[in-house]
Amino acid sequence: MKQVPAEYYQLLEQLQVVDFVLVELTLYLDTHNEDLEAIKQFNHHAKERKQIKKQFESQFGPLQQFGNSYSGYPWNWDDSPWPWQV
Amino acid sequence: MWIYEKKLQYPVRVSTCNPMLAKFLIEQYGGADGELAAALRYLNQRYTIPDRVIGLLTDIGTEEFAHLEMIATMVYKLTKDATPEQLKTAGLGDHYVDHGKDLFYHNAAGVPFTATYIQAKGDPITDLYEDIAAEEKARATYQWIINMSDDTDLNDALRFLREREIVHSQRFREAVEILKEEQGKKKIF
Amino acid sequence: MNTHFKTYYPYVSPFDPCKPMVKKTYSTPPNLYLGFQPPNLPQFTPMEALRAGTLWKPLYDPWYSPYEKGKKGVPS
Repeated sequence: MKQVPAEYYQLLEQLQVVDFVLVELTLYLDTHNEDLEAIKQFNHHAKERKQIKKQFESQFGPLQQFGNSYSGYPWNWDDSPWPWQV
Repeated sequence: MWIYEKKLQYPVRVSTCNPMLAKFLIEQYGGADGELAAALRYLNQRYTIPDRVIGLLTDIGTEEFAHLEMIATMVYKLTKDATPEQLKTAGLGDHYVDHGKDLFYHNAAGVPFTATYIQAKGDPITDLYEDIAAEEKARATYQWIINMSDDTDLNDALRFLREREIVHSQRFREAVEILKEEQGKKKIF
Repeated sequence: MNTHFKTYYPYVSPFDPCKPMVKKTYSTPPNLYLGFQPPNLPQFTPMEALRAGTLWKPLYDPWYSPYEKGKKGVPS
C-alpha cells in the first residue's frame, strides 16, 4: 500500500489555511468593494498562495488542470490519491 | 467555467467506523437544505439578480460545491470498508440494495433529491430571503447531526461547515442591505 | 455582547410521558446582531481562522455535541 508522506498533509494544510483566508476575504469584499485594507490583505495572501501552490505541486503533482498547472511526465494529474481518499 | 482543485477546503477526519453517521450525513448531500441544493439554488439565481450581488452568489455557490465534497468524503470514509451486515445494522440496508457503496443524492430518509428544493422567484429580495432561510436551515441541520455524533474528529469538520452557514447568512443579509439602499446615496458605516 | 443562545421553559404537564426537559435552548448566532459588517473587525490568525470556520472573531459561534466537552475561546 503506497501512502502519502506526512509532509503531504502539512503542505496541504498550509494551502488550506491561506486559501481559507482568501475565501473569507472574497465573500467579505463581495459586499465591501471599497475596503482598501481588506484588498491589500487579499492581494498579500494571493501572492503567498502562489508560492505554496508551487511548492506543493513540485512534490505532489498538479492541483488543477485544464492548463492551470504544469504536468510532469508521464501525465500525473490523474494520479491517486484524490482528496476524499487521503 | 469551473476549475476543479485537487484538495478539500478543510481537512476531513473520521475517527470511528460508524456507518450510521453516514446515513445522517447524507441529509446534507441530497437533502432539501443540503449542500447540493444550496449550490444549485445560488448558481441558478445569479443570472437574474442585480449585478451588484452576482459575484456573491457565484462565490458562495462555488464554495457550496467544496462543502458537498467534504460531506461526500465523510460518507465515503464511513462506508467504504463497512460490511453489508454493518450497513444493515446502520439502517443503510435499503441504500445498499439500490446503490451498493455508491453515494446517492437523497436525504437521510432516502427521499431522492428534487429540484423543488430550490426556490427561484425572480424577485431579488424574495430570492435573498430564501437564501438566508436556507443557510439558517442548514445551520440547524448541522446542529442536529453534531448532537447525534460522538465522533469528535467528524464533529470538528461539521462545526466548520456550520460556521460557514453563519458567514454565508451574514453576507446574504448584507446583500439585502445593498439592494434596498436608496440609489445614488453613499454607504456610510 | 449578545449571547449565542436563548432559553425558555415549556409548560410541564403531570401527564407528560417522558421526563421533562425543563429548560430548552435555541441558537441565536452572531449574524443576527452584526448588521452590515463594519470594517476592521478583529481577525483570527490564518491557522485559527481555518479551525474556526471564519476569519472574523465576532462571527465565531461554535456548536458542540452533548458528547463533547465544549471548548470556549480560541479554536484549536
